[in-house]
This record gives sequence, C-alpha cells and structure tokens, in this order.
Amino acid sequence: MSADPLTLACPRPLRHGTVQMAHGGGGRLMKDLIEGLFLPALGADPANQHDSAVIEAGGARLAFTTDGFVVHPRVFPGGDLGELAVYGTVNDLAMAGAAPLALSTAFILEEGLPFEELAALVASMKSAADRCGVRLVTGDTKVVDRGKADGVFITTAGIGLVPAGVEIHPRRVRPGDAVIVSGDLGRHGIAVMSVREGLAFESPVISDCGPVHHLAAALLDAGLDIHCLRDPTRGGLASVLNEIATAAGVAIEAEEAAVPVDEAVAAACEILGLDPLYVACEGRLVAFLPEVQAERALAVLRAIPEGAGAARIGRVTKGPAGRVTLRTPLGTSRLLDLLSGEQLPRIC
Amino acid sequence: MRFVDEFRDGMAARSLAGAIRRTVTRPWALMEVCGGQTHAIVRFGLDELLPPEISLIHGPGCPVCVTPVALIDQALAIAARPGVIFCSFGDMLRVPGSAEDLLSVKSRGADVRVVYSPLDALALARQRPDREVVFFAVGFETTAPANALAVAQAEREGLRNFSILVSHVRVPPALEAILASPRRRVDAFLAAGHVCAVMGTQEYLPLAAKHHVPIVVTGFEPLDLLQGILMAVRQLEEGRAEVENQYARLVKAGGNRPAQALITRVFQVEDRDWRGIGAIPSSGFGLREAYAGFDAGRRFGVREIGGRESPDCQSGLVLQGLLKPRECPAFGTTCTPDQPLGATMVSSEGACAAYYRYRRFEPAEAP
Repeated sequence: MSADPLTLACPRPLRHGTVQMAHGGGGRLMKDLIEGLFLPALGADPANQHDSAVIEAGGARLAFTTDGFVVHPRVFPGGDLGELAVYGTVNDLAMAGAAPLALSTAFILEEGLPFEELAALVASMKSAADRCGVRLVTGDTKVVDRGKADGVFITTAGIGLVPAGVEIHPRRVRPGDAVIVSGDLGRHGIAVMSVREGLAFESPVISDCGPVHHLAAALLDAGLDIHCLRDPTRGGLASVLNEIATAAGVAIEAEEAAVPVDEAVAAACEILGLDPLYVACEGRLVAFLPEVQAERALAVLRAIPEGAGAARIGRVTKGPAGRVTLRTPLGTSRLLDLLSGEQLPRIC
Repeated sequence: MRFVDEFRDGMAARSLAGAIRRTVTRPWALMEVCGGQTHAIVRFGLDELLPPEISLIHGPGCPVCVTPVALIDQALAIAARPGVIFCSFGDMLRVPGSAEDLLSVKSRGADVRVVYSPLDALALARQRPDREVVFFAVGFETTAPANALAVAQAEREGLRNFSILVSHVRVPPALEAILASPRRRVDAFLAAGHVCAVMGTQEYLPLAAKHHVPIVVTGFEPLDLLQGILMAVRQLEEGRAEVENQYARLVKAGGNRPAQALITRVFQVEDRDWRGIGAIPSSGFGLREAYAGFDAGRRFGVREIGGRESPDCQSGLVLQGLLKPRECPAFGTTCTPDQPLGATMVSSEGACAAYYRYRRFEPAEAP
C-alpha cells in the first residue's frame, strides 16, 4: 500500500522552528506536536491516548485528566472561562465512563486583573462544580507581570471513578458500530468567535458550554454497551471521527444531512467560510456503540434536556484504517479530513 | 437555511444531471474559472453526477494561488518590520513564500492580523496613528472595489499610516491566455459569478466571439454549477458560442457601475505576473500615480525583492488546467497542506487543497 498520511506509523518531524497557533488547534499540527515531541520525550504510549487516563489503584479504577483554559473573551454568550474550566475536565472524565470525584485548579493571574472579574469567574466555577456534584479540593495561584499573560489562565485536573465492567476506549470501536452525537454542533466556537471578532447575527448564537457526564452516565445506566465516548471540542466532530478511526484501525462513514447544526451556526459558518464539522463544542458528546443499540441510546439521550437534539450521524465500517468519508446531501461522497492548521476565513 | 438549501437540493441536482446526460453526445472539457467553484464541485462531488463525456478542468481563479512568490516575500519583509501591523485575509497566512509564510513571521513576533475587510484595516490605522498599518490587497475584480474604497477613504481622511500591498488580477486576460495557448484543452468556460457581479458580462463577448467558445457566467452552489454545465453543454452541442448568464439572481449585464467607477478611480490596468503561470499582459490592477503614497511596495522599498518558487511545484500546470492535482508526483507526498510546495495546496480555494481535503484517494479505493 502507498504511503497514506493517515496511517503512517511514525510521526512526522516538526517542520517549523517555533510553536504556531495551529499547534493548539486540535488538527494535524497538534497531532504532530503530541506524537512528534511530547509522547516520545515523556516515554508515553501513543496507543493509550484518550480524554482521560485510567489508572488502577487499590482495586479501584481511577480516571485522571487535566486541561488548560485560555479562552478569549473570558465571558461569551452562554458561559465564561470559569464554567468552561470545570465542565471541560468533568467532561473529559466522563469520556472514560467515570463519575467525577474531585477537581484541582491552578490560576495564572496577570498583574492588574480586577478582583471583581476574578471573583465572578471563581463563583462560576463553584456553581458549575455544584451542578456536576464535584468538589474543587486543591489549588494553586501564580501571578505574572503585566503583559506576560492574557488576564487569567485556568488549569484544572480531575479524578473520577470508573465503575466496574465499564471499558470505554477507542480501541473498542469496531465495524458495525453506530455513531451518535448528543446535540447540534458548533455553537461554542461560533459564540466565542462572534464576540471575539465583533460579528453580530440576527439571533445570537449561545455556547453549548455545559456538562455531559450525566448523559454518559445515563447511557451506561441503561446497560448499553458503549464502546467509546469523545467530546468534540477543538477541531470539532471531524477531528473526533478521524482520531477514533485512526486509533481503532477502522473507517467511518458519516451522513452530512444527519449532522444536526443550528440554523444560526450554519449561517455564520457560510458567511465566514468555515465548516461546522470542524467547529468546537463544549457540551456535546459523540458515542460509538453497536448498531442494534443505537435507537435505544437515542431514546435515552433525548429524554434528557441536554440530549434532546441527539442524532445518529454515521457508522463504523471495515474500510481502510483511519479513513473518514462523508456522504453529501447530493448522494455523493468525499473525505472528511483532519484539519490542517486553523480554519481561516476566506477572501471571497 | 433559506437561500442555501434550495440550491443544494438532491432531487433537483439529480434531475439536472439527468438533463446533462440526455444532452451530451460527445466528450467536452469545461473549465470552471473560480477556485470557489472548484471547491464546491469537489466538496459536493458534482463530478460524480456527470456523464463520463464531461470533464471538468479547474481554472486559475484563486487569487491566493496566483499571487506571485515575490509579492509574498515582499509581504513577509514588510510584516517583519518593527512598528508595522500587517493585515490580511486569513487565506494568505499559510501561503509559502520562498522560504516561509506569514504565520511563521507572526510566531516570531510580527504583528500579523486577520481582518475580514480592508475597512477593518483602515479602522485600525485610525486607532493606531503610532503604527504603520498595511493591508495585503489580494484578489480578482471581486475584492478590488472594497480595496479601492479603503484607499479613497484613507486619502479623504489624510491617513498617512495606511497603505496596501497590491496584487490584483483580472479574469478576461487570463482566459485569453488560456485560449491562445497551443495546449488549449478547454471547450467552454463557466465564468466566475462574483467577478461578473462587479464587472458585468460585456467584456466576455469578444472572447467568446474570437475563440468561438461558450462562456456561462455561473454561481457557486451545486445547482448553480450543474445548471451552468447544462447551459454550456447545450451551447456546445448546438454549435453556439455565446455569453450566457446562469447567475442572473446576482449578475447584471452591466455589472455594478459604482463599484467599477471606484476601481477606475483608484487603480489602473497593468501587466502582472501570475504565480506558476508567468506574466500576462494587462492582467492586473495597480495603484494610479495619484495614489502612489498608499503603495506599501514603494513606501517600504520592497519592490525589488524577488521570489524563488519550489522547482518541484507544478501549480502552474494545475492553474492552467493542464494537470489534475492528483497527477502531480508531489501531491500528498512531498506536498501537503502542512508542508506545501505551492499556494494551490494551502489556499481554501486552491485546487490541490480541494483534492487533498476531499478526494485524496481514487474513487475506486473508497470503501
């Protein structure tokens, strides 16, 4: 077989001499950075990549994850940086099937940040943690000179308990699985971008920022054989499907018309030249499970307000490993690739 | 979504494809001029709906792709100057110059910003009188009026810290060059709808008559393109060579007169180099002498900077419709969107980027 960039075993060397924005964008460059620099340097096993690591300790299985939050603007329609820092980590734990136990948090504060703003963010963190039934139990504070950070950066880490018998990992995804999303896609990215770029839409787009651990728990409680879960954050649904297809050595076929996208999000994407399949969500999950259980899973999700828009968007096939194809509304099909660099608005 | 879904309807698309199949009796090669059309064709898989007699050739209408390497190098030199805020449409940031791109310069500390309009750059110049604000004025006739407006406005306000680096190109001379080439393969053109919304359709009449080639002004949605193809095929089958307007909901024969007046006021027609293709007479716009003070090339003394194209990049052949992206030996191997040899691989309207992103594998390989 010819060299296929999706399945090349060895990571490509990092070409650029410096870190670029796209190295944090969830696309191909970030994959290169992780696989070409972090994993080899830290001696980590690339096969274990998932939203949380699962560690066995004293007979229990603990999920463990961490995440840094640098979103600008810090307050956006539907949420703020504080909530995001809690939900992001709770959601990453949930993607391993874990019930969140406790979170830590570290603040990097820029000299000159008004206390009023900091207090509001921390209050948001507290109410988000209460909503998720998780406690913030330890933390750290650093202050840097004015100009050395963008107001405030928040890092959280979390641990959660994985129930016995639950095994949620990309390697369990297999041909015949259905792919389900818990709601419409792309709200968070467009909500943030509309504030950041000063774009005004007739009906404002509200971020989907919120927890999904209860959605994951409901799927598990229903006795469904969930093979894998992922939250489509940076890089959106397209990145999730590509990562899973590569990690599981399968192909995935998605149906463009079946992917739920809010009208205002779709319109914003049309104007900006963006593809909603690559735009970030912060309160959605993608589930992989046996096709025969798909209808039940949809019913379980739709019974919960945050899952009301759940939809089945594709299936896993035996095709070439790592290949994701999209069937268009015209009945034709095309590749759905990992993003190269950041999505950039077009000229005309 | 209204005004979008109607033009992506699967039933209507199949019915138009059926009409094309019933009309065609022999092979025809159609060139869609605009990169936006190329992306729509590949993204929606429109070529899969067409009968085998119809081949689509992807044209040179991607402004990012045809911007000469020398100009990218000049942009990099200006952006790297202390005190400069370099503004550009997002598309240009990843386009490789001789050695690097604007994103690399940005990552080393240059103030490079993505804007959505030249008027955003103008606003920045007003807010920051202490900085030199430069806008990378790239594009076909579509973006020329807004860039002309920005310059005219800057002059009226006496803004001395605003300038533009101009790389404007014009469609008709490029079509003339393609038609005059001894390697010509094109039987008909789907002209770029948005260019014609500004310029109208009249300037295509002499081309159609001289070269006896049908030219159908076409939009960008799947049904626009299929209808444009049908109109072109009907002309070819009937032996006609006319300028027709599929995109009548936006394009008038006379075009947008106030926009044309702005262009004429600020710009003059000039010879211009096209990346990968070479010099084409009268194929660009440059600033008139009266506006020379807004010419970033002059202001920063970078006009002598020349560029060096990768010897392995065949984007010139791709842009002239002489090579399909997948036929290039570098495609997907030494040339990818992350490590591009040429602009066609990174621009969102570039043909190579469209094939890499949507159609990297042979259809037969599809699962």
